[in-house]
Amino acid sequence: MSWFQKLMPARIRTEGGNKRNVPEGLWTKCNACSAVLYRPELERNLAVCPKCHSHMPLKARVRLESFLDPGSTRELAANLEPKDPLKFRDSKKYRDRITAAQKSTGEKDALIAFAGTLEGSETVACAFEFGYMGGSMGSVVGEKFARAAEECLRLRAPLVCFSATGGARMQEGLLSLMQMAKTSAVLGQMAEQGIPYISVLTHPTTGGVSASLGMLGDVNIAEPGALIGFAGPRVIEQTVREKLPEGFQRSEFLLEKGAVDMIVDRRQLREEISGLLRLLSGGRRPKIVSGELVAS
Amino acid sequence: MNSNYLDFEQPIAELQAKIDELRNVGSDNAINLDEEIQRLQSKMRQKIKGIFKDLTPWQISQLSRHPLRPYTLDYIEKIFDEFHELHGDRAFADDHAIVGGLARFRDRAVMFIGQQKGRDTKAKVFRNFGMPRPEGYRKALRLMNMAARFHLPLVTFIDTPGAYPGVGAEERGQSEAIAKNLQVMSRLPVPIVCTIIGEGGSGGALAIGVGDRVNILEYSTYSVISPEGCASILWKDAANAEDAATALGITSGRLKSLGLVDEIIAEPLGGAHKEPDEVAKGIADCIEKQLNELEKKTTEQLVEERYRRLLAFGEFQE
Repeated sequence: MSWFQKLMPARIRTEGGNKRNVPEGLWTKCNACSAVLYRPELERNLAVCPKCHSHMPLKARVRLESFLDPGSTRELAANLEPKDPLKFRDSKKYRDRITAAQKSTGEKDALIAFAGTLEGSETVACAFEFGYMGGSMGSVVGEKFARAAEECLRLRAPLVCFSATGGARMQEGLLSLMQMAKTSAVLGQMAEQGIPYISVLTHPTTGGVSASLGMLGDVNIAEPGALIGFAGPRVIEQTVREKLPEGFQRSEFLLEKGAVDMIVDRRQLREEISGLLRLLSGGRRPKIVSGELVAS
Repeated sequence: MNSNYLDFEQPIAELQAKIDELRNVGSDNAINLDEEIQRLQSKMRQKIKGIFKDLTPWQISQLSRHPLRPYTLDYIEKIFDEFHELHGDRAFADDHAIVGGLARFRDRAVMFIGQQKGRDTKAKVFRNFGMPRPEGYRKALRLMNMAARFHLPLVTFIDTPGAYPGVGAEERGQSEAIAKNLQVMSRLPVPIVCTIIGEGGSGGALAIGVGDRVNILEYSTYSVISPEGCASILWKDAANAEDAATALGITSGRLKSLGLVDEIIAEPLGGAHKEPDEVAKGIADCIEKQLNELEKKTTEQLVEERYRRLLAFGEFQE
């Protein structure tokens, strides 16, 4: 405390200077329009800015819980944890990166899978946690996805996957690359058995995930404004040595080029997917109107 | 610097240059230099042995892209009795970074797909440095489906830095093209044998690399990302490629110990380009043996075993 502050009467002093009654992080800013947003309200809005409708990152667990019917969910393969088969070390050890990612996200790895119901019908859904090492796909992500899909095969229930990822996880070397083959194989099995798979591409979905489970949906849905592609824009810029056009590799661009079926606002996803799945199962999934089963 | 030799091979290049020089002198003059030439040749053999005894992963990575390394078309000529190249994806274009077609392989008809690099500048550009675009993968897909229709085993050769990261490739759906091949290969009702003959670059390699058996030449590499790419992301400096090559575990021996490849096909000292015929025979023998095994299985057994194999990939704890 400086001599000047000591001179002031105690009731005028603002001790510590930064002491606030407002809890940390109650307010946040929109990534796109910089509007100041009240966090609980933003969460109710599924992290979509109420002012500009920009879709901000949504935690995997929150997404799945808001997507499936409340109280219907059970987590799949919750105990899978990563190993460090290569004893990988760059500027940091892979082990340390795992520990840090687990601590900051509270998740064991970058994919969360739930079985539950969607408007009353059995559905399996999984989502990537981008906060966990960029949502990268290593052995655990591949295995969990495969188990989720095998659960679908067992239940004859559809699979919905929300991806948000930079691609394969370098720290597990070629094992990560093989997860592309593994996840595609299990989707091949589902396709053969006529079980629907809906792939929802959220910001960002690139690399090995985009080039496997991301693009293999019977229906591919993109959230508005998401970056979706095989190579990242920086790599492409270095290769072609020119500035990339505005909107390149964004959802709207992919729709225009025929890579995705539709762009759907996050707040409408549940309804849209539920509708698609009803039709894909030949109308066998019942429609629920305001909580009541309606025979279809 | 001789550009046909890698950095770490320069001592070999120097000896070879000396030998060549003496040979020229020897043919002009009456002086007999045979003894000196022989001495230098045995010295060179020792040098090669010394260098190749302890190659680092980074050196092997350079060998896998050696400017003299045999490419797919070089092997096609040596391994197949007939080859009818089939062009185009029937939708957009013919991609020259992937060659494919019908081949006769030791009294067997097979479908062949392989990535092709170019030797000189013009050929390099023509082959797009061995980096396929979506139409290349879709040509491959067309040939895979054709193989299934005519019950032909599928043989693939992998040699690519990766799928091409360009604007057009993205517009035409590079991701979808790769993903689709992975899915189709996992269910294809015919035997699939894949061999990495040079560089196995990430998803671009895997897109023709899902099989019942996956082989790799001794000095080839197979990796989720190039050592340079990995270094520039994780070390923030491509100069750390040497460290990345070690960390990523991309060499044949390491991959075999991780259970990710089935057979390592031996190469002579100095690399495949020293004895291409010998290496071609090694590849052909290996493929023949594997096709003999695989053709004994029923289609259901074959596809089920491939499925189980793919699902078993991964190291985790529970």
